[in-house]
Amino acid sequence: MSIVTSPAPSEQPHDVPRRLSGLSATDIAEVLLPAVAAACLVGVVFVLAGFGPGAWLGFVICWLGVFVLNYGVMTARRHGPLVAKDRLARVWVITGSAVAVGALAWILIYVLVNGWFAAFGHNFPSFWAHDFSKGGVLDVKARVGALHAIVGTLEQVGLATFATTPLAILAAVYLNEMPGRLAVPLRIVVDAMSGMPSVIAGLFIFIIWVVPRKLNGFSGLAAAMAIAIIMMPTVIRTSEEVLRLVPGTLREAALALGSPERRMVIRVVLPTARSGLVTAVILGVARATGETAPVLLTAGGNPRLNLSPFRGPQADLPLQVYSWFGTAGPTSLHETWGGALVLILVVLTLFVLARLLGTGRAAGALTR
Amino acid sequence: MTATAMSPKVRLGAADELPRTLSRQRSRPDTAFRLLLVCCASVVVLLIFAIIVFLANKGWPVLRTSGLNFFSSSVWQPATGRFGVLGDLLGSVTVALIALLVAFPVSLATALAINEYVPGPARRVLITLVDLLAAVPSLVFGLWGVIVFDSWLIGPSAWLSKHAAFFPLFQPGQGELGRSLFVCGLVVGVMVTPIITSVSREVMSQTPRDLCEGALALGGTKWGMVTDVILPFARNGIIGAALLGLGRALGETMAVTLILSITNVPMSHILYAGGGTIPALIVDWYDQVGPGRGLDALTLAGLSLFVVTLAVNVVARIITSRSARPA
Repeated sequence: MSIVTSPAPSEQPHDVPRRLSGLSATDIAEVLLPAVAAACLVGVVFVLAGFGPGAWLGFVICWLGVFVLNYGVMTARRHGPLVAKDRLARVWVITGSAVAVGALAWILIYVLVNGWFAAFGHNFPSFWAHDFSKGGVLDVKARVGALHAIVGTLEQVGLATFATTPLAILAAVYLNEMPGRLAVPLRIVVDAMSGMPSVIAGLFIFIIWVVPRKLNGFSGLAAAMAIAIIMMPTVIRTSEEVLRLVPGTLREAALALGSPERRMVIRVVLPTARSGLVTAVILGVARATGETAPVLLTAGGNPRLNLSPFRGPQADLPLQVYSWFGTAGPTSLHETWGGALVLILVVLTLFVLARLLGTGRAAGALTR
Repeated sequence: MTATAMSPKVRLGAADELPRTLSRQRSRPDTAFRLLLVCCASVVVLLIFAIIVFLANKGWPVLRTSGLNFFSSSVWQPATGRFGVLGDLLGSVTVALIALLVAFPVSLATALAINEYVPGPARRVLITLVDLLAAVPSLVFGLWGVIVFDSWLIGPSAWLSKHAAFFPLFQPGQGELGRSLFVCGLVVGVMVTPIITSVSREVMSQTPRDLCEGALALGGTKWGMVTDVILPFARNGIIGAALLGLGRALGETMAVTLILSITNVPMSHILYAGGGTIPALIVDWYDQVGPGRGLDALTLAGLSLFVVTLAVNVVARIITSRSARPA
């Protein structure tokens, strides 16, 4: 007695294998039609309401809303709620990442287009070769530029890097290679520092260093100290992550061959992680270079080229851009954007450098 | 027979025969090296303690004289010695919340796109772009915000204050539209997107792959897999990431200073110019507080901000590190 009665072959529904991936023409049409419909609807409403082309931001937002509604209702009726949810989620994911990428592209392109005039176009050589002591409007004949600010940034960040790098890498070695009782507080402190608003670092140095020294307080050195506080947590945390990737077998091999701990660290662990450590430092430098708030309170700013970071106020690229913006007339936004372009180029170059070095050889691959 | 086997060793000399003495004691140079590391570690720890103790010490007299008034009034008059940062505290919180409201869905979408939706090579490009966004200096965000973004938002702001006034925050206020807490919040939202993205991506990528494959194999949609496997697994990490973003947004300085027209008063009409945040207050006043307690009051304001961000960050780290362990 069989319970299951199999239907006759002729009664079986025609079995079409389910398509797992890829887009069919129907899928594409199902996206395009609601999109076009939404665009038409919103467009008509906007024209009737009398919005000009300036309202494009509102148009995009309204279009997205109407499109999602259209698309969701249509998919739900054709394929059921599960598929509709899945597709709407896809719309959300794509929109979200498009917003992030779009904002980046928008900013970069805007700065490039507007900064080109001062940094590489009209003022090309003089922007890089002169300081701003003559003031006024950027002009080839006026011989004004951002050299003082570029020199200041290089010196301050250089000093900060010089002071931070050994300290931070050794602290990372302590955390990863021979942690003791200080490891837990150190971790917490690094977390605290990396979340610290950068203006606090500036305020701290401003109060303990700049204020007591009255007129001599503002200097490249003070800025370097503030920058060092900002750099430290980034370098420590990234270095620690890199050191953690060094395989334990390398350490054990070194110890088994009889090398003492210090030599194991210096000869085996650090060289193995070399490229990663360089990346860590560069990331710290990149982050510190773009920071404005700490140098605003410490460097002082100076339109004249001041080569010495130890004496007198010094300029700094972000600071100079900020003050250019503060005094901007209709023409001098060129300087602001030119400075911003140089700043972005420096930071992005460092960043790309860090990327290249970081992916050159995986940390943990053998040195030779 | 044993003698022949032993003989080469005997020739090497008796000293080499002795097993090396192994001791748990470190040699002198090793101890010195360890001491060096401990020194570096303690310098870093002491530095942060020095900052906190110093700020507290400097801000204490203001807290003693103004008491809770410091946090409950918004009168900022260094000349008369009256200090209140209520407006700036509320402004900081407003900006950070708007930023989070914008950044959270965008970041989560980007993280999911990177982890689940985008195929191989495009995935790496997307990761690089998000990292690049993190590398753009905050000053540039601020300039872009005040020169470009602000003017584009005036239209939508006007519309909102006209037609969406039923929402209390969008009620029409006085003064001009733009250069407002709302614009600041949106720009800061773009700025904290990379950190929320990268942290939540990191946590979500630790979801055991076989669970995800299982969900798909059972016939679930991709979104079903995300909601039923990945999000529950990574919930703590995502909350932690959002908190980290909140901490970053609370402390953001330059973008807000550039965009906002600062008035230091509580501002409930977020579409209109005015308001203030604590970092902007510091940048605005550090060089013009004059004699008296002004600098101390700024220090206290900075310290209170620092304590808040510190708490937010530590909580975020604890939550994130808890979720890192596989369920």
